[in-house]
Amino acid sequence: MMIKHHLSEKLLLAYSSGNLPEAFNLVVATHISMCDECRIAACAHDAVGGAVLESSDCVEMEPNAFAKTLKLISDQDEPMLNDINIRRSGKSRFPKPLQDYVGGDLNDVRWRSIGMGVKQSILKTSKEATVRLLRIPAGSAVPDHGHQGTELTLVLQGAFVDETDRFGPGDVEVANEDLNHMPIAELGEDCICLAATDAPLRFNSLIPRIAQPFFRI
Amino acid sequence: MYIIFPEAYRDGHAIPSAVQAQKNSDQMNGKSKPGLNNSTQTKWVEQMEKIQNSQDQTAFAELFSHFAPRLKSFLLKSGASPSMAEDIAQETMATVWQKAKLFDPTRANVSTWIFTIARNRKIDVLRKENRPEPEELPWGPAEEPDQADVLALQQETEKLSEALADLPPKQAELVKKAYYGDLSHSEIATETGLPLGTIKSRLRLALERLRHRMT
Ligand SMILES: [Zn+2]
Repeated sequence: MMIKHHLSEKLLLAYSSGNLPEAFNLVVATHISMCDECRIAACAHDAVGGAVLESSDCVEMEPNAFAKTLKLISDQDEPMLNDINIRRSGKSRFPKPLQDYVGGDLNDVRWRSIGMGVKQSILKTSKEATVRLLRIPAGSAVPDHGHQGTELTLVLQGAFVDETDRFGPGDVEVANEDLNHMPIAELGEDCICLAATDAPLRFNSLIPRIAQPFFRI
Repeated sequence: MYIIFPEAYRDGHAIPSAVQAQKNSDQMNGKSKPGLNNSTQTKWVEQMEKIQNSQDQTAFAELFSHFAPRLKSFLLKSGASPSMAEDIAQETMATVWQKAKLFDPTRANVSTWIFTIARNRKIDVLRKENRPEPEELPWGPAEEPDQADVLALQQETEKLSEALADLPPKQAELVKKAYYGDLSHSEIATETGLPLGTIKSRLRLALERLRHRMT
């Protein structure tokens, strides 16, 4: 997979340090599952976290802390983990973090139409931000919309083009308030994206704006 | 430096000699500096290997003495109450034991790995949220990791610790605050100012080697 558009250092730091809402964490974790370069960058940011931990002063633990920890271990009553649960992603398979939220793969997504052939499926996360799967028919446009906050869009299948560039599988676009764009799905296959927003999108045409409260766009 | 011994060792049981030796050497070194020397970090890797290979409780007690009080301090600064910080530190250390075999010294040093466990537990407890994790690579830690890769990664990680200690105090404080989860998104726009390039190239080499071994 040739990934051209990666996560910003700022997002990677926020992911590593635990400063992102769950919805954004999901997009970041899904991209990292597909992208070695960002996996490496995330590991580097984690290493900074390790250095911060190492530089911490010490606060005395309760006197029986070790005994209690041993009890936690024996209470779990599970043998030491031996191997990792690895699920390889195939064509119609989602990366593991996304699978966990969808409860399956592409074929298991429960789509709802939001008009103009575009479908969405909102995934359940904490309320600070929203994350959804979007399915845009090949050759169609997503209504022109501006942003109040930050929108993070990851392409899972197909591709879209907007004023800034072309985004193919694995690519992420970080859109902020300045970007008022109209992504168009390329001809070929439907474009499927995972998109997180920390504020409701603001559609520029009247009808989708009215529909907004209904569809939680 | 505080050395906190598990109660099991205070009450009736002898302190294992390895722990005793560590205590002595820590006392001789005085307060440890943030940038640890090579032997210290590679020593933690060795303790992890003992836990992985023979479920060595003495090695675990040593890791606990070093990391639990630091975790507690880290968690207090992250906004946890004292009892919550105590609990999360204990739970983190329990997970260290439980998941010992997933520790890969070509990808992280022990501090980094423990940090990631504590961070996830913290999000779980304090924010009551799940933290989506990337899919694991299609291979686990190598049975016998390349020692050159292990050493190189440990060295790079230590350089990072030293670089953090060398940052101007205000900047270092900003980086630390970010990892305590104490920064708004806009504040994070500030670069950490840490040289991440070399550790990235180290990680990239190790990853490529693993991929090569797979094919
Ligand atoms: Zn990437």
